[in-house]
Amino acid sequence: MARYLLGRLTAVVLLLAAICLFTYFIFFSLSADPAVSICGKTCTPERIDSIRDTLGLNEPLLTQFWHFVSGLFAGRDYGTGATAIRCEAPCFGYSFQTNESVWHMMTGRLPVSVTVTVGAAVLWLLIGVGAGLLGAVKQGTWWDRASMTLALGGVAVPNYVLALVLQYFLVVRFQILPFPSAVSFSADPFLWFQSYLMPWTVLALVYASMYARLTRANVIDTLSENFLRTARAKGISRPLLLRRHALRPSLTPVVTVFGMDFAGLLGGALITEKVFGLNGIGKMAADSIAKNDQPVIMAVTLLAAFFAVFGNVIVDLLYSALDPRVRTTSP
Amino acid sequence: MTATTALPEPGTAAPPAPPPPAGGSLTRALLRDRTAVISTGFLLLLCLLALCAPLVSQLTGNGPYTFDSAALDSHLGGVPHGALGGISAEHPLGVEPQNGRDILARVLYGARVSLTIALSSTVLTGCLGVVLGMTAGYFKGWVDQVVSRLMDFLMSFPALIFMIAILSSVPSGNRSVLLVAVISLFGWPYFARVIRAQTMTLAGREFVEAAHASGARSAAVLFREILPNLRSSVIVMVTLAVPGYIGTEAGLSFLGVGVSPPTPSWGQMISTSVSWYAVDPMFFVIPGALLFSTVLSLTVLGDRLRAVTDAQGAR
Repeated sequence: MARYLLGRLTAVVLLLAAICLFTYFIFFSLSADPAVSICGKTCTPERIDSIRDTLGLNEPLLTQFWHFVSGLFAGRDYGTGATAIRCEAPCFGYSFQTNESVWHMMTGRLPVSVTVTVGAAVLWLLIGVGAGLLGAVKQGTWWDRASMTLALGGVAVPNYVLALVLQYFLVVRFQILPFPSAVSFSADPFLWFQSYLMPWTVLALVYASMYARLTRANVIDTLSENFLRTARAKGISRPLLLRRHALRPSLTPVVTVFGMDFAGLLGGALITEKVFGLNGIGKMAADSIAKNDQPVIMAVTLLAAFFAVFGNVIVDLLYSALDPRVRTTSP
Repeated sequence: MTATTALPEPGTAAPPAPPPPAGGSLTRALLRDRTAVISTGFLLLLCLLALCAPLVSQLTGNGPYTFDSAALDSHLGGVPHGALGGISAEHPLGVEPQNGRDILARVLYGARVSLTIALSSTVLTGCLGVVLGMTAGYFKGWVDQVVSRLMDFLMSFPALIFMIAILSSVPSGNRSVLLVAVISLFGWPYFARVIRAQTMTLAGREFVEAAHASGARSAAVLFREILPNLRSSVIVMVTLAVPGYIGTEAGLSFLGVGVSPPTPSWGQMISTSVSWYAVDPMFFVIPGALLFSTVLSLTVLGDRLRAVTDAQGAR
């Protein structure tokens, strides 16, 4: 197990390094000179030069990349002498737009993204897995057909369309809910709940539909397996059969998918956050891309990749804990 | 799931070479399904209208780029005259607020853009995914290692952020080609993963061994023996990929990095309609409903196809 973990972690580090390198070179070679855009319109060549010097843009790209990576772990200094600015580790640099520390921007916005993701995840797991289970158990009934038809529609509706429809009816037309804003829970719990209700619903609906379909298919598959036939032959009651024998094997694939979806969303639910104007990681990504703010784009990409990669590792570990069949084969 | 599903027979070996589901029986099974027929009908109608978009705009006399200020109420800040977003004999689906472009023409020209991008991405993704997945699953060893690591790499990328970033940092050029390239770059691993796994099981079957024994080269085995057996899963994946890519294209255009204006696209129209939906909801409803029904029809079709091929596979 220790060797397996070590191998996995090495692979993870290599993967993150590759993503880092690739992102860095793509963005810093594709886009225009950041020094010019920072300097603004009334700019002298000397000023541009000094900015380039401070940011280290005059050095070869590989050296710049090295500075970036070492800054992540050990911090770095911008400029030299008395004017030098110390950027403590983990140093993601400073936004070209606002001069804010990128690390502070990220830590400030992560709570919003986490709130959106966790709330939506609770909703979609309850609705999706619940509907899927019911559909499988009551297979062929009107309940099954209705929930699967709804799920099919839920998969097909783009989340921004749903967001706009909800916003039109709930906020503009009937004014049941306030316009979403990132209110903190401690400031006003009720307003907090109201604000996040729409983002949660919008995000959860698509996933709930997918999970309902996935759960239903898996449970039906499991119910036709031999070990369940045996259990049934031994005269076990149906609720007990479902709970003790059918649930675990049919929910392990759901756990896998859930881990990856959840990790993916922590890196920013870009469209949902943007449509509702919630200041999370996703909106930060969208804004930084629109303004070509390279340090922020870089940081957001790395953060999202970090979540995705670690989500994958955690899923694999959970999987072997949940499913004994996997455990025996793992090295 | 259906009455035709036979009981699973554990232990008995599968038949040496199951005949791939014939095209004819697939079509027949789908024709019996009312929902599938309605979906197909809608999609065919949409394709036909999209193909005939120039003809339609000639009939109504409105091009997708012609401004019609007469249809707008300048006292109300450019909201269309009349009810329901200015629906009239002249403009069957109304006009866009502020510039008075005909929505019918723009929606149909937008369909051409969306469908072309989605279909090309699917073809490119499918080819890359099938070829790379088959190669990895068949040759195993270092080839598999390289392809699998590349897949891990691409799948752990925050694809949406990256797509937007690439699209917005490349200033000009052919937007549609770029969109197809970017979508396919991040899309093929999802195809390849399934194909690779299926190829691995197929590669161990007797008919592949038989082909080897009779001296067939690897390429021949891959494309003549293995590929035909992958057909049904490829068909299903393709049908489910198209709506996904229509959604992706619309999403990217919605975020403002897709097809560049004035070229119409559904996502872009929806994005423009955001600032108008309180006063002119129809401007949002038409492209939104069209996008939804197209994606829904394709999803339903893919779903039914999968059910049919699953049932045939189990038989």
